[in-house]
Amino acid sequence: MLEIENLVTEFATRDGVVRAVNGVSLQIGKGEILGVVGESGSGKSVLGYSILGLVDPPGRIASGSVRLDGRQLAGMPDEDMRHIRGKRIAMVFQDPMMTLNPVLSIETQMVETVLAHEGISRKLAIERSIEALNLVGIASPERRLKQYPHEFSGGMRQRVAIAIALLHRPEVVIADEPTTALDVTVQGQILYEMQRLVRESGAALIWITHDLSVVAGLADRVAVMYAGRIVEQGTTQEVLYAPRHPYTRGLLDSVPANNEGSARLRQIPGMTPSLARLPEGCAFRERCSHADAKCFSMPEMTNRVRCHHPLC
Amino acid sequence: MTVFILRRLAQTLLVLFVTSALVFGGIFLVGDPVEMLVNPAADQEEKLRAAAALGLDRPVLEQYAIFIKGTLSGDLGRSFVFGRPALEVILERMPATLELAFLAMLMSVGLGIPLGMYAGLYPDKKTSKAIMAASILGFSLPTFWVGLLLIMVFAVQLGWLPSTGRGPSEYVFGLSISILSIEGLKYAFLPALNLALFKLSLIIRLTRAQVREQALLDYIRFARAKGLPRSRVIGVHLLKNILIPLVTVIGLELGSVIAFAIVTESIFAWPGMGKLVIDSIFQLDRPVVVAYLLVVVFMFIMINLVVDILYSALDPRVRIAEAK
Amino acid sequence: MKEETPFSRFVSEFMSSRLALFGLALLTIVIGIAIFAPWISPQNPYDLGKLDLLDSRLAPGGKYILGTDGQGRDMLSAIFYGLRVSLLVGVASGLIALTTGGLLGVLAAYVGGRFEQFLMRVVDIQLGFPAILVALVLIAVLGKGVDKIIIALVCVQWAYYARTARSAALVERGKEYMEAARGLGLGHARILLGHLLPNALPPLIVVGTVQVAHAIALEATLSFLGLGLPITEPSLGLLIANGYEYLLSGKYWISMYPGVALLITIFAINLVGDQLRDQFNPRLARA
Repeated sequence: MLEIENLVTEFATRDGVVRAVNGVSLQIGKGEILGVVGESGSGKSVLGYSILGLVDPPGRIASGSVRLDGRQLAGMPDEDMRHIRGKRIAMVFQDPMMTLNPVLSIETQMVETVLAHEGISRKLAIERSIEALNLVGIASPERRLKQYPHEFSGGMRQRVAIAIALLHRPEVVIADEPTTALDVTVQGQILYEMQRLVRESGAALIWITHDLSVVAGLADRVAVMYAGRIVEQGTTQEVLYAPRHPYTRGLLDSVPANNEGSARLRQIPGMTPSLARLPEGCAFRERCSHADAKCFSMPEMTNRVRCHHPLC
Repeated sequence: MTVFILRRLAQTLLVLFVTSALVFGGIFLVGDPVEMLVNPAADQEEKLRAAAALGLDRPVLEQYAIFIKGTLSGDLGRSFVFGRPALEVILERMPATLELAFLAMLMSVGLGIPLGMYAGLYPDKKTSKAIMAASILGFSLPTFWVGLLLIMVFAVQLGWLPSTGRGPSEYVFGLSISILSIEGLKYAFLPALNLALFKLSLIIRLTRAQVREQALLDYIRFARAKGLPRSRVIGVHLLKNILIPLVTVIGLELGSVIAFAIVTESIFAWPGMGKLVIDSIFQLDRPVVVAYLLVVVFMFIMINLVVDILYSALDPRVRIAEAK
Repeated sequence: MKEETPFSRFVSEFMSSRLALFGLALLTIVIGIAIFAPWISPQNPYDLGKLDLLDSRLAPGGKYILGTDGQGRDMLSAIFYGLRVSLLVGVASGLIALTTGGLLGVLAAYVGGRFEQFLMRVVDIQLGFPAILVALVLIAVLGKGVDKIIIALVCVQWAYYARTARSAALVERGKEYMEAARGLGLGHARILLGHLLPNALPPLIVVGTVQVAHAIALEATLSFLGLGLPITEPSLGLLIANGYEYLLSGKYWISMYPGVALLITIFAINLVGDQLRDQFNPRLARA
């Protein structure tokens, strides 16, 4: 349903042109949950923005395509794109405090979303908003509607953001690290809620995160991103239990839960390269224990992995 | 909300008291009070009599008490030059200054906010860069010199507008206002423009800085991600967040414009409070100077109060915090 | 590859703005004129013996490039000397205000408590009033003269410096290394002068450029109104005032050129100050 093919999004910086998304291809079908995993600087957030056409100068989508039911979204004029945003594809951001406008009431922010895509009366729009708040589990929604973002706790604010995202029953929801800024206990709740809501409405969900454990219980399929490229993808089962890329292996190993009691925590040596100064060939080359001369050339995506020496 | 206003009014009174004490004390401590309030042309005997009549032989605190009592009933001393209560003279001239200030603020805000928003939203366009460079020039211009240039160009060389003076005025609600007629506007235009130029630059720069800061924030992106039309994102989401700090500055600038009118009124011979105060300083008409100071201080405090109230009305975070 | 120190990075960033470089160039010229005025002026405008009334009110051109004023003074020379005075007063008051205001602000942040509250209250109240009003009152009370003008200018400016210094010092005070320093038993003076003050310096410098420009403009305004420097030390403001009466009869050069000189000076300072401010403000730095 949503097809991304060889997407390249670049930014003009003082250090040269940086490709935050460097040839990414993904598909997601109706009702599927796809986890996009990567560290900060891997380009995963920019991927989300690119799908919605929210990349602002000095960034731009340089090449590639993003197709929703066959319709090309990349390069679509803003005025047409805005009818897709919030209606057919919706997005939830990381920090709900800064996502909701602090000086406007929740009612204003929800009603305007409804009215932006449907010509119904304000009264009906308010009813829809109350319904949506109920759906995400916010008590006394009529009272809450009149309040302002800072009167909500972090978890509740995120619920509001999710409610807003689901107002028009979009076909795709992009969630960019929605639980990272929340307490651990609340994280679990939100995760559960989102999964439930998405399954019930039949929407597809792209969950962007750096946390593998989140993806484990939630996603059907997983794509691992590194330095702007997908280095491995497959079903959750495949990627998490039989990883083929050394980076994925490294990520899994470094999760504390996967380590034995008192053993020293395993880390991937080195640091994520700056996107402005990528090493030649495979971006993971300098940190990989399997690297050799072959790795000076960029590996292609074969058999769900992008590596010259995939693990078996 | 009412509690908030009452509390601020109480604070205001406190500041007024302190300021009046400072002004009173300052004037009386630094100079000879008799010289200050008595006609300098009087001879020794007259001075002694006047001093006694004015109560200047009493202890300072008592004098202050009398002064406060006088203030409350509107008596701030008598002007030497005009022979009338100083307060009366000042209040007479106040509408002229206020209408100039109002016109100037209108010009600077009306042009400044749109220009600043444009420069902030499209910072890389040539027009924006030109606007910014022009704004630096704008607040580098010495106001009084610009006033002279304006007179030179528009009045002397081109002859389009009158060079000095105030136009015909009419009485509205008991205040004399001249800017409601075209003829009156002709006279007011140049001095108001003069006052406005400096503020215009400031407002452009401030608006632009605010827009640049706010436009990067997540809530703007989220608003767009919801599919809101651009006009709403900028006109409602962005604008409301910008207006809050802007309102504070504009309010304070109004006070500054009233003060700066001193210079502009002198150049354009505009019969307002400013010109009056300069003339009074040179003519040693100290009661008028003292009265002017107190009136202006009072106005500033009132402006500050209104700005604070506006701020809490606009920013819900402050409003609710105050209510708790 | 050459090592890049923060300073060299700062300098190269500054150089990348053509506007700022232009401002710096202008400023250097202005300062140069001010310093070398006695040597480069074609005429000493204050040597009454050399003046010739017959030469008065001449239009620009010929022997007198910018014309002459009502007393026969060469405008160019008068402007050079006037620049000198204006700059001197502006910079002197700025430096004094920076030192006093800066120290007070840093002290307030360090000592805290009632002292800090009281000082900041005073600062807030003073900043609520326009500079010109404060200056006017002070002059009316103190009288005229170079030293009184400088005092008035200092009184007008110190509050900005104090507030800026205090904010900067507060940020530093909250940082962890301050606790470490205190834990080590470093003396108060050492902490104040060695740590708090140096960190407050960059924002103070930024405020300083703007303030010096304001001070120069304010002095010019006061002089224009007749409340500023005495005739014996004419600043640009006074020159402009002298030319006012000739304006309506078309002899514009007496007022206009000193104004241009004033404008260029203030403009140059603002250009440089603007760039400095942008560079010191991390929030606006593009990622």
